[in-house]
Amino acid sequence: MTADQIISAPKLIVRDLNFYYGADRALKDINLVIPEKMVTAFIGPSGCGKSTLLRTFNRMYELYPKQRAEGEILLDGQNLLDKKQDLNNLRAKIGMVFQKPTPFPMSIYDNIAFGVKLYENLNKHDLEERIEWALKKAALWTEVKDKLKQSGTGLSGGQQQRLCIARAIAVKPQVLLLDEPTSALDPISTAHIEKLIDELKKDFTIVIVTHNMQQAARVSDFTAYMYLGDLIEFGDTSTVFTNPKRKETEDYITGRFG
Amino acid sequence: MLNLYTRRRLTNAISLGVSVLAMLFGLFWLGWILWTLLEHGLPGLGAHVFTQTTPAPGSSGGLINAIFGSVMMTSVAVLIGTPIGILAGTYLAEFGQRGWLAPITRFINDILLSAPSIVIGLFVYEVYVVKVGHFAGWGGALALSIIVIPVVIRTTENMLRLIPNSLREAAAAIGAPQWKIITFVTLRAARAGILTGILLAIARISGETAPLLFTSLNNQFWSSDMNQPMANLPVVIFQFAMSPYADWHSLAWAGALLITLSVLTLNIVARVMFRQKTNTQ
Repeated sequence: MTADQIISAPKLIVRDLNFYYGADRALKDINLVIPEKMVTAFIGPSGCGKSTLLRTFNRMYELYPKQRAEGEILLDGQNLLDKKQDLNNLRAKIGMVFQKPTPFPMSIYDNIAFGVKLYENLNKHDLEERIEWALKKAALWTEVKDKLKQSGTGLSGGQQQRLCIARAIAVKPQVLLLDEPTSALDPISTAHIEKLIDELKKDFTIVIVTHNMQQAARVSDFTAYMYLGDLIEFGDTSTVFTNPKRKETEDYITGRFG
Repeated sequence: MLNLYTRRRLTNAISLGVSVLAMLFGLFWLGWILWTLLEHGLPGLGAHVFTQTTPAPGSSGGLINAIFGSVMMTSVAVLIGTPIGILAGTYLAEFGQRGWLAPITRFINDILLSAPSIVIGLFVYEVYVVKVGHFAGWGGALALSIIVIPVVIRTTENMLRLIPNSLREAAAAIGAPQWKIITFVTLRAARAGILTGILLAIARISGETAPLLFTSLNNQFWSSDMNQPMANLPVVIFQFAMSPYADWHSLAWAGALLITLSVLTLNIVARVMFRQKTNTQ
């Protein structure tokens, strides 16, 4: 049975995806299904293309002139790589959190209001409610509720990262992309965020790239192992970790390689 | 034969000593300049400098018309040059990755940045003063603004390039259009640096003489009409210092001290501001 068949409600379907940095082919004929309201982890050694794959889902690569993707990525049946897709609307539906915390140079309140105001015309009360909702979802509310007017850059690293998560979910996206969200954080902040991922998957489809295999095992329902631009194996996390089908996956997971 | 560690310590001590000597050599001249300025300028500096206009030889007077003219022309130059500089610098940093326009603009800007100010003065003389038929404060402001523009372009571009791409990506990732990313995120993150650049541009033009000599010239009397020749500190210093009169000399020294102190203050303010901002980020 393939993973495609296990997954009853696909959110994203990747078909024959190829990605190029100039002339370099960084992703090779990727076919993959991301299930709705589950956590899917991409693992693999550095340079295997897992971040590249993640960044095709919101077409982040389009900020850079020499990068391009070919193939199809269907979000609820619509090809999001289609040039006619409105890029900003797409990114409002697919949120992203990065490796390093990236608070904007403004207050905690404005950090979250910034994204909300782009797409919704809320009155002051509704906006405040939304900000509180997002901060509570991101488990940051109790720590910052008395200093919403202070700069977001003054928070600790772990708090900044949760602020970025709050900012991403405040626009109510359908999919949340996490690109190594804890690699710059200490163990306590990491635990915070992992617990948060577990909470968030009730409402959002989550895709996480991680270097930390234990983290993938802890937080994800499905795991994709990638190597040199190929998708080597994809399946539910417990199978991939305990009974991988491919020798390469087993070698990586058991630490013989990578 | 010395052992390796001792030899390294010795090399270190010698290099450090030579560096300190070089620094002292540089500082010595700066100190001497400041000392000379203070020695000659302070006695001439009094309330009269700020209350009376430039005198005829032999009579008493001050520099108020020159100070006012300098402030006026510098302000107008900054008002013209800063928006152009910030917009062009933003273009170079945020849109300058593709196409041929940005590299050419950057190249021309580099030339403009090192263009002799007397050339700029002659240029404005030719295109403005000759056309209107007389020297005027507007011409001076125009010439100074041409000096401001490349400085502001360069610092704006450099400061925006210091903003990590991850911040741009983060703003793009929540669906912000590019103009919002630039105005609300990157320009805001770079604002301390850009402001520093503007202050340094002001410092740069406040001592410029050549561009004003051909444009605003000078005015013996009080005038706030930018359409007329306008007094300014550098040209007054130049004329008074070259004159044979002792009281003019003393005013020239006072003016030189004023310019130097204001440039020094601007530089210190710029540095303190930049340091505070970079610390909080």
